[in-house]
Amino acid sequence: MAKADRTLSPAGRLPMPARFQALGQTYGAALALLALIIYNIGFTPFFLNPATVNSNLTQVAPVVIVAVGMTLVIATGGIDLSVGALMAVAGALAPLIFLNTLLPSDYPFIGIGLALIVPVLVAGAFGLFNGSLVAYFKIQPIIATLVLFIAGRGIAQVVTNGRLQNFTNPGFQYIGIGRPFGLPFQVILMVVIVAALAWAMRATTFGRYVLAVGGNEAAARLAGVPVTRIKLAVYGISGLLAGLAGLIAIAINASSDANSVGLDMELDAIASVAVGGTPLTGGRATVIGTLIGALIIQLIRYTLLAHGIPDAVARIVKAAIILAAVYIQRQRRA
Amino acid sequence: MEQSEPTAPLLEMTAIGKTFPGVLALQDASLRVGRGEVHALIGQNGAGKSTLIKILTGAYRRDSGTVRFAGQVVDFQSPQQAQAGGVSTIYQEVNLVPFRSVSENIFLGREPRRWGLIDWRRMNREAAAILDRFGIHLDVTQPLLTLNVAIQQMVAVARAVSFDSKLVVMDEPTSSLDEQEVATLFTVIRQLKAEGVSVVFVSHRLDELYAVCDRVTIMRDGRTVAERAMGEIGKLELVALMLGKDLSVVQRSGTTAFADGVHHAAAELIRADDLRQGRRLQGASVQVRAGEIVGLAGLLGAGRTEVARALFGADAVDSGEVRLDGKPVHFKSPRDAIRAGIGFCSEDRKTEGIIPYMSVRENLTLAVLPTLARRGIIARDKQQALVDQFVQRLGIKTSGPDQPVRELSGGNQQKVLLARWLCMNPRLLLVDEPTRGIDVGAKGEIQALINELADAGLGVLMISSELEELTEGCDRVVVLREGRTVAEFPHATVSQGAIMAAMAHGSESAPVEAVHG
Amino acid sequence: MATVSAPSPAPTARRFAFSRARTASLIQRQGVLIALILLILFGALRYDNFFAAYNIASVLRFNSMFGLIALGMTFVIMTGGIDLSVGAVVALGSVIAALLTPYGMLPAIVVPVLVGMGIGFANGWIIARLALLPFIVTLAMLLAARGLALLLANNTSVGITLDPGFVWFGQGDVLGVPVPALVVGLAYVGGVILLRYSRFGRHVLAVGGNEEASRLMGLPVDRIKLGVYTLSGALAALAGVILAAQFGTGQPTEGLGWELSAIASVVVGGTLLTGGMGSVGATLVGVLLLGLILNILNFENGHGFISLSPYWQSVIRGTFLLVVVLLQNRLAQRRRS
Repeated sequence: MAKADRTLSPAGRLPMPARFQALGQTYGAALALLALIIYNIGFTPFFLNPATVNSNLTQVAPVVIVAVGMTLVIATGGIDLSVGALMAVAGALAPLIFLNTLLPSDYPFIGIGLALIVPVLVAGAFGLFNGSLVAYFKIQPIIATLVLFIAGRGIAQVVTNGRLQNFTNPGFQYIGIGRPFGLPFQVILMVVIVAALAWAMRATTFGRYVLAVGGNEAAARLAGVPVTRIKLAVYGISGLLAGLAGLIAIAINASSDANSVGLDMELDAIASVAVGGTPLTGGRATVIGTLIGALIIQLIRYTLLAHGIPDAVARIVKAAIILAAVYIQRQRRA
Repeated sequence: MEQSEPTAPLLEMTAIGKTFPGVLALQDASLRVGRGEVHALIGQNGAGKSTLIKILTGAYRRDSGTVRFAGQVVDFQSPQQAQAGGVSTIYQEVNLVPFRSVSENIFLGREPRRWGLIDWRRMNREAAAILDRFGIHLDVTQPLLTLNVAIQQMVAVARAVSFDSKLVVMDEPTSSLDEQEVATLFTVIRQLKAEGVSVVFVSHRLDELYAVCDRVTIMRDGRTVAERAMGEIGKLELVALMLGKDLSVVQRSGTTAFADGVHHAAAELIRADDLRQGRRLQGASVQVRAGEIVGLAGLLGAGRTEVARALFGADAVDSGEVRLDGKPVHFKSPRDAIRAGIGFCSEDRKTEGIIPYMSVRENLTLAVLPTLARRGIIARDKQQALVDQFVQRLGIKTSGPDQPVRELSGGNQQKVLLARWLCMNPRLLLVDEPTRGIDVGAKGEIQALINELADAGLGVLMISSELEELTEGCDRVVVLREGRTVAEFPHATVSQGAIMAAMAHGSESAPVEAVHG
Repeated sequence: MATVSAPSPAPTARRFAFSRARTASLIQRQGVLIALILLILFGALRYDNFFAAYNIASVLRFNSMFGLIALGMTFVIMTGGIDLSVGAVVALGSVIAALLTPYGMLPAIVVPVLVGMGIGFANGWIIARLALLPFIVTLAMLLAARGLALLLANNTSVGITLDPGFVWFGQGDVLGVPVPALVVGLAYVGGVILLRYSRFGRHVLAVGGNEEASRLMGLPVDRIKLGVYTLSGALAALAGVILAAQFGTGQPTEGLGWELSAIASVVVGGTLLTGGMGSVGATLVGVLLLGLILNILNFENGHGFISLSPYWQSVIRGTFLLVVVLLQNRLAQRRRS
């Protein structure tokens, strides 16, 4: 009787090409990263130099932080195009606070504290705004977050009147250039965030609910999953993380330009998620994969740069990598 | 080998074999259809009938055997080739484009043109003419989606026929049609027959086959086990051949696995009075006691699913009262109902049931996750124990609890969904068409399980379109018509005829007081 | 023989959802047209020079580029897809055009369009044959096209050689109507005919409405997808040519975010993002509506009624998109019986 079940047998019984594809889906990204690292060790001078490693990790940290939030959103079957704009908003607010223009206070460390907290919360609030458009008003995520993509950067520009804000504030800038135990602060932050969210996705009801919403929303609702709350949460988290990344970005540069902070970040984040193996259709997610995806993209950029290839060509190569990664990882249709 | 028959058969599939990786799907399957004949093809899921059909219509290539069509050996390599060769297919889901007009759908791909531009007038005229042949008169410029499903099926048939098909394969065409609509479809089939077009009719619904088919081919385990004229074989014998069981066994225990259906009903569990919701519910009432199975019958659109969803808190009602254990309740979402001990196994497991890429384990425990978690963190061992318990209890065939649920067969997926609700130890279970689209074997297992649970004290509200399930398995059958409760029959006096009469016409003979009986 | 006529729609949730969408789309299209007319009236009454030939011509000339990419986007969206690469293709088109102006008007116009078609074809091929999601494919192509533009332009803007024909193409008039506006007008007329009276157009709608069914019904789905993306690429490149001709330089960094403006125009116009239903004319209304907002803002600033920095433009457009989308949502819900 069991013969009738046309179930896909476990990997052992699949023919060779299909088995490779299954492997590719699970480990493809990690293997690619490994290959890149090995290549660079072999062919790029000074690759293992602490300064190089530091530089690469520092550059990739904000992307990863945003991309992890994006992973959650994509897991619910949505997308967040507003992350770059939210970075700009946070980046615009922070200097205003610690330079005492906004929320002035007598003690500088209160100013710094507020400058670290308030912009992130504001970005999170905007994230909740996105989430409510998607969850309550049932607007498609691409359109809902398009609103802030268009208007958000404008808000940042209006608030700062498009002016560049330069500053020197070591207390605040610690988040971008501080080095506890010799490691860059934002890299530690990145590792903590990745670990926390990766664990949460696997071991908590929240994580399972996120995947259920993306896998089959109607079924999830009928099974008692608080769909609305989950959607609000993921967009809120994406906003919070984008705000955090914005603070890091301006801290590194010691300046905040509403016109350019976070520009193209949504592209980088989505690309990292896709290359890392999370399908854009939702229902499955790998936070570690996103980290790997971001590292791959960063390493490719670095490898090309280190070998003297112009940035313009690097973009084309990046495009090819994204396509190749998505192609290898696509699931067979049921 | 040519046989000397008065008229050579239109279609002859002989000794067809087909293997997929790891699975032997067909092994000596055959199908013979004459000209102008309506031929039924039946078998359990996994018997091989869909594979055979797919080979015929070009979706798959056969590994061995021959296919002769209209006297020639053929080997269709795509549905388009089959279509061009004279074989069209009507699918279970209407496979037309909903936003487009009727005429566009009929002519999609071959739109008539004048001077390079589409000639709308001619297209509309010719589409109307084709439909007239079947006695269907409607405005062909209206979008397909404004028509009901039955008419949409007719449009699909009209399209098939407009290609001058000699054979039309209908794959479960009636699964979403009500009785009236089925009758209309049958009229169309008879018209096709009169025009000399043959029909292959695949269905699980045995009654329909007797109404319209001339001959039947029965498949089991990848083989054709019998071919008869419809008039020469009884329904029970059909089922017996499909199952591979002894006829006497089937005769004794009825066609369902429900035991003689009266249970020991206890206190009233849930009661809904005069539910109203827009145009869909106009005064529906029902009650279920602990330990009893209440059947909910009605035509498509009568409001059965709406009643269940209202009880479950999935949809809001405009007015009406729901009482649980005598106290009024207002469930704002399924979460509330689940917390109150109610489970709802919905009708369409693909769109509302399974989370496809999640594992068996996760699908099974989804509704009870909060109870398995401490401060948000899932307790793996508790979860695993629960999964093991129910996989065993329901006999779910799976390669392991981590297998993605989409890889399971329909019957096993249904079991996983049932397990989802059973593992929360509900007091009341609402099931909507629990055995639809499942082969006879798994059907029986699920029916027996529901029976067992009722015996143990679970209250069950069962929505079913299979009259045997209602008459054999339920303590009471409540009939809905156009959103209103029109009749209620206790097990002792229920009959298929009475239910059908009530569904179609409402019933004057069953007094309304019986609802509160 | 049973006669079946005037069938009554059986009430299922799915049918309601479709009906809702269609009615909402229609109502929205009327609504947007009315909004456009109101906005025009508002401008005409409030500012002296609003209705002046100069302003109208300038608005039309400037928005012609957006009009072209929105047209291509409409077809892509009607198949249920999306094209995020158009902004980058505009930039690429402008660079190639500028580089070729020394050779005359014809090469400077034709070659970029051919390149645009090539990029669109690549998009379509990957999407159709390799079955990858349009979102990610065109996102990657955005990167590639931008990279190519930067490469060809050597990371700087490319001045055009003042070929009179080419300059006329971007800055000239015919009987007072700016040439780009004529080009767009022709394009839209062509688009309407394509959609309504050609098999290709009908098949585009069919594929977006139900791709699986279209395939089963024998439509060459892959070819149709190739067609719409190629068209989108060609139109985007043409917009790039107009950009170069209008402003005198090929800009590899221009076109940032234009694809999203195009999507906004299409959505505002009433075409469903999910595909299967749409209107070319509605997109044009959407483009004009969004374009007028900027125009009116400039007037307000110019007359000193308000002093809003130009940065407010994005905020207003975003808000406008939001309002339109919310309204569309309200309408769709209200039709539920």
